[in-house]
Amino acid sequence: MLEETGPEWLSEEVKTGTTIIAIEFDGGVVLGSDSRVSAGASVVNRVMNKLSPLHDKIYCALSGSAADAQTIAEIVNYQLDVHSIEIGEDPQVRSAATLVRNISYKYKEELSAHLIVAGWDRRDGGQVFATLNGLLTRQPFAVGGSGSSYVYGFVDAEYRRGIRKEECQQFVVNTLTLAMNRDGSSGGVAYVVTIDEHGTEEKVVLGNQLPTFFDQ
Amino acid sequence: MEKHCTESRVKGVSTGTTILAAVFDGGVVIGSDSRASMGEEYVSSKTINKVIQVHDRIFCCIAGSLADAQAITKAAKFHLSFHSVQMESPPRVMAAASVLKDLCYKNREELQAGFITAGWDKKNGPQVYVVALGGMLINQLVTIAGSGSTYIYGYIDAKYKPNMTKEECLQFATNALALAMGRDNVSGGVAHLVVVTEKGVEHVVVPGDKLPKFHDE
Repeated sequence: MLEETGPEWLSEEVKTGTTIIAIEFDGGVVLGSDSRVSAGASVVNRVMNKLSPLHDKIYCALSGSAADAQTIAEIVNYQLDVHSIEIGEDPQVRSAATLVRNISYKYKEELSAHLIVAGWDRRDGGQVFATLNGLLTRQPFAVGGSGSSYVYGFVDAEYRRGIRKEECQQFVVNTLTLAMNRDGSSGGVAYVVTIDEHGTEEKVVLGNQLPTFFDQ
Repeated sequence: MEKHCTESRVKGVSTGTTILAAVFDGGVVIGSDSRASMGEEYVSSKTINKVIQVHDRIFCCIAGSLADAQAITKAAKFHLSFHSVQMESPPRVMAAASVLKDLCYKNREELQAGFITAGWDKKNGPQVYVVALGGMLINQLVTIAGSGSTYIYGYIDAKYKPNMTKEECLQFATNALALAMGRDNVSGGVAHLVVVTEKGVEHVVVPGDKLPKFHDE
């Protein structure tokens, strides 16, 4: 007798096949992500916000396995709260990135998630850290997720040090759009978070407000 | 992290590569890198030219197994010269692309090569065609292929404009190749560029140290 196995997406791992990016500008950082969560060929969530707060002025961008990434973010959120009470002031971005790195490295065989940590602190201003596979490195910008391959060339060509906040936000939106147009696992809307010394601003750019290019 | 899988599972010499072609106002620019690799670790040639002339104003670039590519271009050159004798006029770019497509499609089980065909003909002016691995043929204004092309999709989408001038298009192609060579470890060496217009053909070679540099270099 033929057994009914149910829809394919129930048995596929849920991944945030994705595009995430974080860039440092003169005075802060901008983080961006798409909003697609896929399980095999199905999109199981088209509006997921992959920019997760770790603290008031520190955010992380999630990619890879959705469950792994969310769990790491929640654990680090808790650890950072404890840490900031212990030191009596806001934590540094490097501390947050180190906590993420410690988990990513210790469980690197079991986990498959990459988090980019970015934020602003009083000591070093805006900073972006990549924590891929358990390394910790500060970079002027970081891209991640399946869609990032397609935009390496664009980001390499267009990134400039010391750009202003509005230019940086536009650059992030452009990069996300280009990646979403080419990567089947990225799409939906663009979430943008801007962090500087004055505060944190979250913004959503809907599909029809994204920039278009010559072939559209 | 999601790893984008770009390895070509070929034995022997393969052109892990970056190739591109773009139409500008009055002609086309075709370009490639110059590295041939065996596996991911050994560079068997630093200076091969992947832009092959198949007729006076028609060129093609090859991506994939080098042996397959050479065999196919040789067969294509023969077909095209015979065709142009029969028609008593230079072949159309579409004809060259179709010849390659037929060869790729008929032998799609054994072959592992994709082509970009570009050139100029009297009827339709400058054109770019891409023949993908299985034998599909499409006409586009700008196209990229090869392992290094993954990294420059975003750049091409953002920076290509229809009806650029020749100089703008050459700069665009050189930048794109340099960016791809900077990120793909099986693309590299020099940038070979060919400009085809109604007036003729111009070869430009940009050695590694003259390639444009970007912010982190």
